[in-house]
Amino acid sequence: MSVSAFVPAPGAAPMGRMVLAQAGMELRTLLRNGEQLLLTLIIPVLLLVGASLAPVLDLGTERRVDFIAPGVLALAVMSTAFTGQAIGTGFERRYGVLKRLGTTPLSRFGLIAAKTVSVIAIELLQLAVLWAVALGLGWRPQGGPAGAVAVVLLIVAGTAAFSALGLLMAGTLRAEATLAAANLVYLLLLLVGGVFFPLSAFPEALRPALELLPISALSGGLRAVLEHGAAPPLAALGVLLAWAVLATAAAARFFRWE
Amino acid sequence: MTSPAVTARGLVKRYGAVTAADGLSFTAAAGQVTALLGPNGAGKTTTTEICEGFRRQDAGTVEVLGLDPIRQARALRPRVGVMPQGGGVPTAARAGEWLRLMARFHAHPVDPALLIERLGLGAVVRVPYKRLSGGQQQRLSLAAAVIGRPELVFLDEPTAGLDPQARHATWELIEELREAGASVLLTTHYMEEAERLADQVVIIDHGRVVAQGTTSDLTGARDELRFRARGGLDLDELLTALPVGCVAKEQPTGHYVIEAAAAEGGVGPELLATVTAWCASNGVLAEDLRVERRTLEDIFLELTGRGLRG
Repeated sequence: MSVSAFVPAPGAAPMGRMVLAQAGMELRTLLRNGEQLLLTLIIPVLLLVGASLAPVLDLGTERRVDFIAPGVLALAVMSTAFTGQAIGTGFERRYGVLKRLGTTPLSRFGLIAAKTVSVIAIELLQLAVLWAVALGLGWRPQGGPAGAVAVVLLIVAGTAAFSALGLLMAGTLRAEATLAAANLVYLLLLLVGGVFFPLSAFPEALRPALELLPISALSGGLRAVLEHGAAPPLAALGVLLAWAVLATAAAARFFRWE
Repeated sequence: MTSPAVTARGLVKRYGAVTAADGLSFTAAAGQVTALLGPNGAGKTTTTEICEGFRRQDAGTVEVLGLDPIRQARALRPRVGVMPQGGGVPTAARAGEWLRLMARFHAHPVDPALLIERLGLGAVVRVPYKRLSGGQQQRLSLAAAVIGRPELVFLDEPTAGLDPQARHATWELIEELREAGASVLLTTHYMEEAERLADQVVIIDHGRVVAQGTTSDLTGARDELRFRARGGLDLDELLTALPVGCVAKEQPTGHYVIEAAAAEGGVGPELLATVTAWCASNGVLAEDLRVERRTLEDIFLELTGRGLRG
């Protein structure tokens, strides 16, 4: 008699293998999703090209691309870590996927790790494409090697902040509400977060509040380094890390897996 | 002796004003198929989800493979397979892709190709979950539950809405799991499924266990011998010929029922011979003579009532 394939032989795979397998799954489904690609790649590229070439906005500078490119990089991070992740995770929660994955050896920790890996992979793709397009438009990033380190730190902190906010939204609101709210927040932060319109264009009274938004901290920080070659902007980093800590604590407290 | 697959004692779970589990206790033996049987809303899924470690009970204790499903989840998860009642798969994930992912989470998985073939999913491996039929989604979910070669499998209504072919394929897989030495805890409201598969049946209603045992334990408490003949037979005389504990009734006129407790041997060959001999000696022709055991469905409806559930 042949031995059944179902004779129990339980055992978890190594954590690294599980996380990579799950991250690969997340990445493949993201790349197959047209709406996600629109949000993460096509819109940022169009905005970068459009705003750099067309003198619609008065940016107070002749070198428009130097102002726009850091803002679009910040937008790209937000679109992936916050908007895309909130919507994707919201629907996974709605369809019981989070619950199901929580019963596998991957566990919740592994799932969050996998999501982070896939977000970083998408961001690398976005940054490569946007960086290349911006250079093609005549962008001259400043800052040198120290600036590169500052850019990485800002993007990591921004990713942490936006991911935690996205997961907080996905884990507390209904999926449809998350879909609507995540897009709304994206649009709103795009307008008031220093991505295209310098914060100096807003009334004096609003500015301190706007500067505390994570998108303003990220776009402002990237712009300080890449446009003006400034030293690592500690205030911007501080704002992003504060958002990351607060949103992570709130997500840990309020996230519902179903 | 190995520890039971599941031991639940006095489980209580409330959702606001609704009490889903109300002091629920049962044991699922290792290497057996145990069916939680109950009407909609009886507390089957809640019980299963507590055992899976997904919910925490308000009171009572539960041990799964000797472990606490929440505190020892990390050790338990690789040893357990779960098929939820629906969903659980990303809508954009392709069937084959999802199974391969589930296989990657385990140290010694079943070959996904084998499960795809066994469960007739070969034609849809590249189809996203959202475009599978309901039955295909169920089968994919079943395959994902067993792919890690678990010791214990939780199946929440595994054949709800399946066509007969898919239902039989599912049953055969469950029987193979048991033969291979795995334990299965399944919830169902199909009597036929419980009768065919379950070594132990636990009937749940209103969050409580109302009966527990093998199918024959539950159904075999009383056998019936029925026949038709002319009305007005002297049943008292017949009863003197029968073992103690038998009951004889004429209801309606000309329709006779003799009930025998299983504990007294039930309706066996001897009792049948005694009755027909008595009929012969009285010049009575017994028509439509038949021996009936009560089905699980009879027991179920007796215990849980005939009222409709939400």
